[in-house]
Amino acid sequence: MTFMHIGKDFVPPDVEGKVTGDAKYAEDFRREGMVFARLLTSPMPSARIVSIDASAALRMDGVVGIITADDLPPSAPPANPMLASEYVTYIGQPILAIAAISEHIAENALAQINVQFERRDFVVDPLDSLVEGGPDAYPEGNAMVLTAPEGDENTALVGRIQPVKWKAEEIAKFRRGEEPDGDFTAGWEYGELEAEFAQCDVIVEESFVTAGTPHQCMEPRTSMVYWENGKCYFHASTQSQSSVNNGLAAMLGIDPADLCVINENTGGGFGSKGTSYPTMGISGNLSRLLNRPVQLRITREEEFYIGIGRPGMQGWIKTGLKADGTVAAVDLIIVSDGGPTGQNSASSSAGHISVLFQPAAMRLRNIPIFTNTAPRGAQRGPGQNEMAAVLAPIMDKAANQLGMDRVEFRRLNAPNSDSGIYEAQGPVTSAFMAQAIDKGATMFDWQNKVNTPRRRGNKLVGIGVGQGYHGAGGYGYDGLVRIHPDGKIEIHSGVGNLGTYSYASTSRTVAEVLQCDWDNCQITHARTDRHLPHSSVQGGSNTIFTHSRANYAAAMDALTKLKEIAAGEFGGSVDDYSIGDERVFRTDDSTTGMTYAEAAQKAIELGGRYSGAEFPDDINPITQRAVAGIAGTGLVGVAKDNLERKGTPPGQIVGFVEIEIDVDTGKIEVMDYVAVADCGTIMHPQGFSQQMNGGGVWGIGMAAYERHVYDPQNGLPANVGLYQSKLPSMLDVPANMATAAADIPDPFNPMGGRGIGEPSQGCAVAAMTSAIADALDGHLFNRVPVTPDMVVNHLAGNTVNSVPLKLNTF
Amino acid sequence: MNPKITRRRFIKGVIYSAAAAVPGAGYYVATAASSRPAGAVERLISINVNGRTRRVDVLPQETLTHTLRYRLNLTGTKLACNRGECGACTVMINDVANYSCSVLTQQVKGKQITTVEGLRAADGTLHPVQQAFIEELSPQCGFCTPGQVVSAAALLIANPNPTREEARQGLSGNLCRCGAYDHYLNGVMRAAELIA
Repeated sequence: MTFMHIGKDFVPPDVEGKVTGDAKYAEDFRREGMVFARLLTSPMPSARIVSIDASAALRMDGVVGIITADDLPPSAPPANPMLASEYVTYIGQPILAIAAISEHIAENALAQINVQFERRDFVVDPLDSLVEGGPDAYPEGNAMVLTAPEGDENTALVGRIQPVKWKAEEIAKFRRGEEPDGDFTAGWEYGELEAEFAQCDVIVEESFVTAGTPHQCMEPRTSMVYWENGKCYFHASTQSQSSVNNGLAAMLGIDPADLCVINENTGGGFGSKGTSYPTMGISGNLSRLLNRPVQLRITREEEFYIGIGRPGMQGWIKTGLKADGTVAAVDLIIVSDGGPTGQNSASSSAGHISVLFQPAAMRLRNIPIFTNTAPRGAQRGPGQNEMAAVLAPIMDKAANQLGMDRVEFRRLNAPNSDSGIYEAQGPVTSAFMAQAIDKGATMFDWQNKVNTPRRRGNKLVGIGVGQGYHGAGGYGYDGLVRIHPDGKIEIHSGVGNLGTYSYASTSRTVAEVLQCDWDNCQITHARTDRHLPHSSVQGGSNTIFTHSRANYAAAMDALTKLKEIAAGEFGGSVDDYSIGDERVFRTDDSTTGMTYAEAAQKAIELGGRYSGAEFPDDINPITQRAVAGIAGTGLVGVAKDNLERKGTPPGQIVGFVEIEIDVDTGKIEVMDYVAVADCGTIMHPQGFSQQMNGGGVWGIGMAAYERHVYDPQNGLPANVGLYQSKLPSMLDVPANMATAAADIPDPFNPMGGRGIGEPSQGCAVAAMTSAIADALDGHLFNRVPVTPDMVVNHLAGNTVNSVPLKLNTF
Repeated sequence: MNPKITRRRFIKGVIYSAAAAVPGAGYYVATAASSRPAGAVERLISINVNGRTRRVDVLPQETLTHTLRYRLNLTGTKLACNRGECGACTVMINDVANYSCSVLTQQVKGKQITTVEGLRAADGTLHPVQQAFIEELSPQCGFCTPGQVVSAAALLIANPNPTREEARQGLSGNLCRCGAYDHYLNGVMRAAELIA
């Protein structure tokens, strides 16, 4: 299909402000009478709060107030509470906030507050808690026994906390890399596992560990809040826009109609700012309590606690290949580090395997264990990407044992449009992974590179291939478009601005449907009171697919109304009319018609559904309020995405990498990187390139640099600065990164696109660990990150691998 | 790195002013700036920012980031780590890129400070780096972008025609969590073409 706008670059409206410094983030806003809040946080990983005495602080000049858990509704563990009440379960957990006329005074006031704690035993490594006699992160236990099925990555767990313990000999077996026998609290299975294993020629069994990683958004999560005429105005640092409203309103105990979320720009989220989070609730409630505007800034150090992190995994996998190279069976055990919040991505980890290697049978056994480390939450490609990191070299080992080329092996097992995925083996909208693999192998020159010598002077050369996957889109959200009487086309977007420009690129769907000049369009977003429709969370590589569908639905509604109005004026039916040059006219006589501006004027006269005075019953209450706010001001197109559905839209990528490992220093240098996506139509080439490259940088970070580390003696985090969980700098990544796409439209998105932001990390980290094993004669570290000390020790003949499954202390 | 403002000089500056760095990196309440005891640091000072002389009340331990953001409302300069790790607060001091979180305002009296807001021409024309960064869609979330812009502008003053590798070295002190490095490098190379 030839598009006017889709697939072409444009200048998103927020870019200029970013390069001039005019772009405003939450901390850049001021309000008359604004006071500054600072948090008193837990200095210990696990304790009972015996008493709090803030009287001296409250007597200080300039201190205006305090908020504690007593001022907030109770919160049952393991929900991450706004403020701790009886127990603290991690270092850095907010206990109270104090507000003063300056941040300096607020900080000094914290020093005057006396909190008495009663220490509790703590745990930082899940297996240290899972073993019989081990400490529990909560007084009630160490594991969540779910009483309702686990929802998506942004929903709270429902169940009860209780102790789950394994026998010491089973933990010891697990730590040695063997299959343990113990209780699990989650998991799934499909196919005939044992029967499939019985048909395998090659079976590989390995244990593995992936580190937890902090999000490290460049913008610490500031909020600035004020209340006016009973409404709350909330400058937030958030990935999402409309989907934040209900959760934040619940934190504040108000009707969502009384909340205006303002979010012009956000300095990175990566899953940690997808929905409302506790410090938003603290600042909002404190502002109401004091009846003053409140700004709460979070420091870089606090980000490492409050900013949540990716859960680490301790696992075991057994995978079986038939003689022809097809993956027959995979058996997977994952003990997840749930931190104090229990977030668990194991199902997504297993799902990654089920999608990309299509085993005929598969089983996941999983138990998330609470630890007294940072709270856990979704991070870019949750589950899938950390699985990709350890899976790639294990699958390489299996392919190598069959004598199969690693790329050929992946191509053979690649999903297609008829493939099933995850435990239900449900459908995908479409999949063209084999085409992406072919294109990538050609671009990378795989055949030549894989046959090159593996040594250049004091450098070992590694050639790697890996894949990333993430479910990339959803259904059923709303779109809202308004044609003004002057002919301007306003696209109301409830999509957050998290830096991907997808709020803008999906808005171009409207211009595409209405065949109008992009310069005549305006995107309205970033403030609830600008009348924004119901939107999905901006996470999960979701927006491209989900909101081009929703905007398409709204634009089609507007198009239908344009034609109905013209038919009403000039006779005939809607089928007799066409559009072009921002006019609607008779197809058989283009001179008979009206401009969009004239149609909008007519829509206002007609009222009813044409002007938004009436709207469809099935749109979300958020969209209903938005439509009510603009009714009578133009021709209003509004609709829920009720377009045809078919399962999961897959975002998937194959990555290729060439590395050199310095045998003296252990430093891994990336020499070449190529990634090719299967994500349907590329809707915005520059935005696509940004996500592909950015994910590539993240993959290099996960492979070689980033991790949480805790002191097992005191539970203290070693990572409280960017350099201590080092994100890659410009010198750690190649100067050029090549990206491309299979570029085959997805039939379930009218614009053809699917999301890609998350698997771009998974394919890169997988290619990296594949290359590392390749450079080291097939040695499997079975853990990430692979740090220089691990490499140097391995080359010196010391044993370095996943055993004994140390997590958070290595 | 400006050779005149080293990490050691920064630390010594803090020590000489007999004050510890303010924890939490907050805002201050200005009091009694005009009456100072003998030997104390002068607080009402003039600094040159973006070509204008600005009279500001500056505490002895105050960093340039704080003066710019919270006294002069130049919020383009971002505070992301406040400890010299990320480069989001990069400004030019006499045309050399510096981390403003690691420079005391008291040390820049008499020097020319250029922030991201000062790069535009008087008629509003964008600086070539700003124009190139738009054309290459260099930013993602944009929080590190002002620092990247200033570092790139400083690089091009010192080396108007850098190789891609030189540009990479020149911007290596500016972290980007979105990983937009490739697009930033494209932007620098395009900016060099615009300047030529």
